[in-house]
Amino acid sequence: MINSIDRYANMFKQLDAKNEGAFVPFVMVGDPDIHTSVNIIKALVEGGADGLELGFPYSDPIADGPTIQKASIRALSNKIKIDDCFEIIRQVREAYADIPIGLLLYSNLVLKRGIEKFYQDAAKAGVDSILIADVPLREADRFIAIAKQTAIKQILIAPPNASDETFAEIGKKSQGYTYLLGRAGVTGAETAVTIPASELIDKLTQYKVAPPLLGFGISTPVQVADAIQSGAAGAISGSATVNIIAENLSQPDVMLEKLKRFVTEMKAATHK
Amino acid sequence: MNHLDSKFGDYGGMYVPELLIPALDQLEQVFIDAQKDPEFQAEFMGLLKDYAGRPTAMTLTRNLVNNPKVKLYLKREDLLHGGAHKTNQVLGQALLTKRMGKTEVIAETGAGQHGVATALACALMGLKARIYMGAKDMERQAPNVFRMRLMGAKVIPVNSGSGTLKDAVNEAMRDWSANYDTAHYLLGTAAGPHPFPTIVREFHRMIGEEIRAQIMEKEGRLPDALVACVGGGSNAIGMFADFIDAPSVRLIGVEPAGKGVHTKEHGAAIGKGTTGVLHGAYSYIMQDDDGQIEESYSVSAGLDYPAVGPQHAHLYDIGRAEYESVTDEEALNAFQLLSQKEGIIPALEPAHALAHALNMADEAADGTIIVVNLSGRGDKDLEHVRSILGDQNHD
Repeated sequence: MINSIDRYANMFKQLDAKNEGAFVPFVMVGDPDIHTSVNIIKALVEGGADGLELGFPYSDPIADGPTIQKASIRALSNKIKIDDCFEIIRQVREAYADIPIGLLLYSNLVLKRGIEKFYQDAAKAGVDSILIADVPLREADRFIAIAKQTAIKQILIAPPNASDETFAEIGKKSQGYTYLLGRAGVTGAETAVTIPASELIDKLTQYKVAPPLLGFGISTPVQVADAIQSGAAGAISGSATVNIIAENLSQPDVMLEKLKRFVTEMKAATHK
Repeated sequence: MNHLDSKFGDYGGMYVPELLIPALDQLEQVFIDAQKDPEFQAEFMGLLKDYAGRPTAMTLTRNLVNNPKVKLYLKREDLLHGGAHKTNQVLGQALLTKRMGKTEVIAETGAGQHGVATALACALMGLKARIYMGAKDMERQAPNVFRMRLMGAKVIPVNSGSGTLKDAVNEAMRDWSANYDTAHYLLGTAAGPHPFPTIVREFHRMIGEEIRAQIMEKEGRLPDALVACVGGGSNAIGMFADFIDAPSVRLIGVEPAGKGVHTKEHGAAIGKGTTGVLHGAYSYIMQDDDGQIEESYSVSAGLDYPAVGPQHAHLYDIGRAEYESVTDEEALNAFQLLSQKEGIIPALEPAHALAHALNMADEAADGTIIVVNLSGRGDKDLEHVRSILGDQNHD
């Protein structure tokens, strides 16, 4: 029942062999509805995504800017439940056995279901990792403990303002990949990423953190190329991806085509 | 790691993005240092006395209670500069802001009382304030919006979600996560991530300390019960803090029952909620079976919040404090009664506490002493209440 394949390790190994970085798009599961959401996620994979970062809609997303807030609202106003989210992921996993699937969500959704049940349900649906936006290291231990039991990787965030103490702890506890924050603030394409200085990347190497994927404010192929050039293992793009959904709600076919093309262009920038 | 305890039993904690941890740690450290610094304390006490008007009076009601052998006192936070207890802790946090070398203040406000308090403290101390307020709240609390702007604060309407206090908090936290280097988030209640619940309690604990001194002087003994309204719970925890270790004193928090706790339109997080995380703290919250936060409701904007401060959750669980609820209608009655019988127009928030205290007084044994925290005055609510009572008269 529990998958023990390390899809992240496999992904990084294959990318290394091809001399490429990873491109990982983010979308909100259930946005705008179950059927379209499955097609959206499949379009991302068909476009060439190396991994998937998937959000669960939440009423009070304090780390998200307007684009992703609206994606949550679209899904919730279509009465998307957590069970629906897992079902969507199950369908994606059925179609694609090897792509790493990560969840990015908020703590209350996990706590309400019960940490153990949530992680078990995620594992069953084919999820590889869970990142909880409002669980910092200081609150993370009980989540990490359950993650280990359920063969889910607990993804940790490395913010640009973190202390050495925090980097050291991430080094000890991180699995799968490390979500490297490209800047302060909330998610959104309006404020561009700051490409990390080489000292920051050196620090990540020094403390042996899991491979860093740079996120927050990445919306163009140039930023993807710069991120990888700076030493990140790849880049995550959320709001730019979700914007394509928001702008094309009335024409799903055009939306899927544009999403695919966007991912292909971003992926093309990952060649070292 | 934290130097102060970040939890109250299981409740509280720091459920925020990793990005905000350094800012919260900095705040904790500056608070610890300030508490030990006689100069800081002297400045804070001086402001409370000479600017805000502390100590506030404690008034024995003359006509409100039917049984002449039951005494009901009002702790008169309504007389504090700014019109509510909120000024206490805002002055404290504004001083901490200066101490951290920050020049801007971000705040959220529901009824507008915290916003007004923030605006006045920032005007006084030369800080730049921007205050997030739900669009719906801006409508029902228009005079307070004008007050804030008059004192130089920028008031930013929040349209996301339900357009009330919870959404204003979300927006303030988002702003803070981009601007923590220059801005302090001056959170307005005893909720949110550690160290806010502790800081807010400590900067309001003079409410209870003064009650203790005043009641000892007037009655020569501690009161039998303290009653305070609870939204996030700052006036209540400020009142209770000095009495938690005095088991003979009942501590009673009163939540908003809105249109009734049997309906969906209320704000009784302890009474009807379940445990979970909102705005950085683990506590009692109003949520659905998936963990989506539900919208609260109360006639009083200051109590219209779907969670409660984590220390209240703990005091409830260990049985040290009791939590009751009062409907809009009962609160509106108490609002009118206090005006008619004592010549004091209360804010709608403490009208909830008063309504419950009046019920208690009716049933209390002779010799019982009850203190209500009259946490704010009713000026801000006049238009709102007039429109409601006007509607009722048409019925």
